[in-house]
Amino acid sequence: MKNQIGPAFRWMFVMTLLTGLIYPGVITGVCHFFFPWQADGSLVKHDGQVVGSALIGQNFSKPEYFHPRPSAAGNSGYDPTASGGSNLGPTSQKLMDRMKASVEQVRKENPGYAGPIPADLVTASGSGLDPDISPASAEAQAPRVASSRGVPVDQIFKLIQTHVIHRQWGFLGEPRVNVLLLNLDLDQQFPHR
Amino acid sequence: MTTFGFLQIAVFSIVILALTKPLGAFMARIFQGERTFLHPLLRGVERLIYRLSGVREDSEQRWTQYAASLIALSAVAFLFVYIIQRLQGVLLFNPMHFGTKAAPSGATAVTPDLAFNTAASFLTNTNWQAYSGEMTMSYFVQMAALAVQNFVSAAVGIAVVVALIRGFARQQANAVGNFWVDLTRATLYVLLPISFVTALIFCSQGAIQNFHSYVNVKTVEGAAQSIPQGPVASQEAIKMLGTNGGGFFNANSAHPYENPTPLTNFLQVILIFLIPAGLTYTFGRMVGDTRQGWAIFSAMAIMFAIGVFTCYHYEQAGNPTLLRLGVERTYTGRQPGGNMEGKETRFGIADSALFATVTTDASCGAVNSVHDSFTPLGGLVPLFNIQTDEVIFGGVGSGLYGMLLYAIVGVFIAGLMVGRTPEYLGKKIGQKEVKMAMVSIIATAFVILVFTAISTVAPFAKNGYWNPPGPAVANLTNPGPHGFSELLYAYSSAPENNGSAFAGLNADTPWFNLTLGLATLLGRFAFIFPVLAIAGSLAAKKKVPSSSGTLPTHGALFVGLLVGTVIVIGALTFFPALALGPLVEHFLMHQGKLFSFIVFPFGS
Repeated sequence: MKNQIGPAFRWMFVMTLLTGLIYPGVITGVCHFFFPWQADGSLVKHDGQVVGSALIGQNFSKPEYFHPRPSAAGNSGYDPTASGGSNLGPTSQKLMDRMKASVEQVRKENPGYAGPIPADLVTASGSGLDPDISPASAEAQAPRVASSRGVPVDQIFKLIQTHVIHRQWGFLGEPRVNVLLLNLDLDQQFPHR
Repeated sequence: MTTFGFLQIAVFSIVILALTKPLGAFMARIFQGERTFLHPLLRGVERLIYRLSGVREDSEQRWTQYAASLIALSAVAFLFVYIIQRLQGVLLFNPMHFGTKAAPSGATAVTPDLAFNTAASFLTNTNWQAYSGEMTMSYFVQMAALAVQNFVSAAVGIAVVVALIRGFARQQANAVGNFWVDLTRATLYVLLPISFVTALIFCSQGAIQNFHSYVNVKTVEGAAQSIPQGPVASQEAIKMLGTNGGGFFNANSAHPYENPTPLTNFLQVILIFLIPAGLTYTFGRMVGDTRQGWAIFSAMAIMFAIGVFTCYHYEQAGNPTLLRLGVERTYTGRQPGGNMEGKETRFGIADSALFATVTTDASCGAVNSVHDSFTPLGGLVPLFNIQTDEVIFGGVGSGLYGMLLYAIVGVFIAGLMVGRTPEYLGKKIGQKEVKMAMVSIIATAFVILVFTAISTVAPFAKNGYWNPPGPAVANLTNPGPHGFSELLYAYSSAPENNGSAFAGLNADTPWFNLTLGLATLLGRFAFIFPVLAIAGSLAAKKKVPSSSGTLPTHGALFVGLLVGTVIVIGALTFFPALALGPLVEHFLMHQGKLFSFIVFPFGS
């Protein structure tokens, strides 16, 4: 046992160098050469200012923007330093109260939509930073966005269509819409007066 | 269940099946010391590692020396991880100044009990995390302490199972291999190359890889957002491949920087099963009969299928209470339906159920959705997977050696039924082997149930040292049976070295850090030492030729026996506990019962 401590120390030290410093260092170099934008966080600029990351959701509450899902990250949601879900289980009164409030809010904000509420629109994501909503959730908000921007609702539906991210390779994941990119495009095409 | 959901699970299964033989054959060559296509590139590095660490490549060890090396390595690993965490304030790559006074507000200090818990958890391949990565650990800790253990603990698992396989393959031998050589080869030829390639794919999809300080942005609506950065892609690859599961960020694989697209998600579940599945073929190849490996593979595949479709069914069925609120419960193609609380839009129900099943079939413990928010029976699948010792492909190395212990118990039970001395792969299974196998299985069950029971009733003083919130149940997020499930899940996850959580449990208190840390160590070594003892004992035995009375261990009968053994032992041990948690919650949920406050066992 005693004569094993020496090799253990030395082996551990060598491995710390190899897998703890050299490996991530080389990966960082190669990534920055081939994928610099991704490696640095997929940051999105608007008018020269960084307004967020295409991968990290952010709060939208004004009527002229599409709204993201509820978020349990941080006190007011979408706090990237506090990623995580609500951790509330299916028999939690608290969860039911929160969902009820979300449902009422969605109904109140979107009087032009009468269909069933898409499941993702009133549930908090696992990361609290979900950048996406389902296409149905975007469509449910289209009448509100259209009227507050004073444009025909068809044009908003058309814009949503161009922003639908389809299943990767035709079968992986679920179709979705990136809220930040959709809203930026919205500002570009139908500026809010 | 939807066509696309079913298709993804089917394609996943086919890919794993297709990769098992090539990777398994490659690993067999590596551990038998044969040349491979990577040798021209890496053989020099391998030699250099032996020279630097003073290892003699050609000397082999008895099982006791092999175990002694493993203890020495674990002790050193513990020291490294503990010290680096405690000293992070004065070390490099710490742009957010964690561990100093300049740390951002809301940062968590790495207390001695938290550092103990994290060190124990990472060296045992558990990666239970009582901290939130983005607000606790510097990039140096993540890379040079935690990610290193991701490699090392995975290599240890592979080394142990390779020693056990040699026990079956050799006869009248003293030695089971050289621990340092097995470790080095597992890291250098298997873990590093695959991690390297997948890290680049992750990055191309959006996983970040940099050393910047957190990016402060002003959002479109004018709010401030601080976005954490770090060397994520490199860590993500080994986190999945080594079935470690410790996330760079608190949200783990649900975080868009760790798991940005459905493609990375698919790759992550593949990585979890890749080596464990390959090892079944390595096993068959090394014992000289690949049918033996495929039999084990089949038993695992059957249990995987049962688990994944059960979980998927109940998650897609969702929460009946929501229907009353006017929320869509069924999948429509434009929205996911089902139980979306705690799940990401890009993954939906199918990918989340698949991930939850795979990560607990194996001892990975990464999560791409919040298990705590699963429906009762959807969440029962991961919980029961963990409790049956994660032998469904399982952790890297640990899954196969766990399953081989069940095989020993299985042939023993079969032997009792017909009154013959049990044999497995030509080795007579004696008293010692069966005792050792049972010790492992009972010890972890004991840790799970006893620690859960103690924590359920433990009366700590409010604002005391051990558990500041008060009684241990005050650390729960969910009341009622779901709260009990949170405790049961934590004390199952730790000793079984999974590391996923019903994360509503606030586990960063001295009581939970110490008991859960202790549980990870007990669970890990309660398996490893008996397995090595069995390896030593089997290696010394002669092979006996099979006769007409020998139970063939490559056919459907044996596969059924093995599946039955795992499920029956698991169910007998854990049914009462599961009845108090997920099972009763399922029926209450369908009655529309909701819980709003936590009942303290001793009042408060």
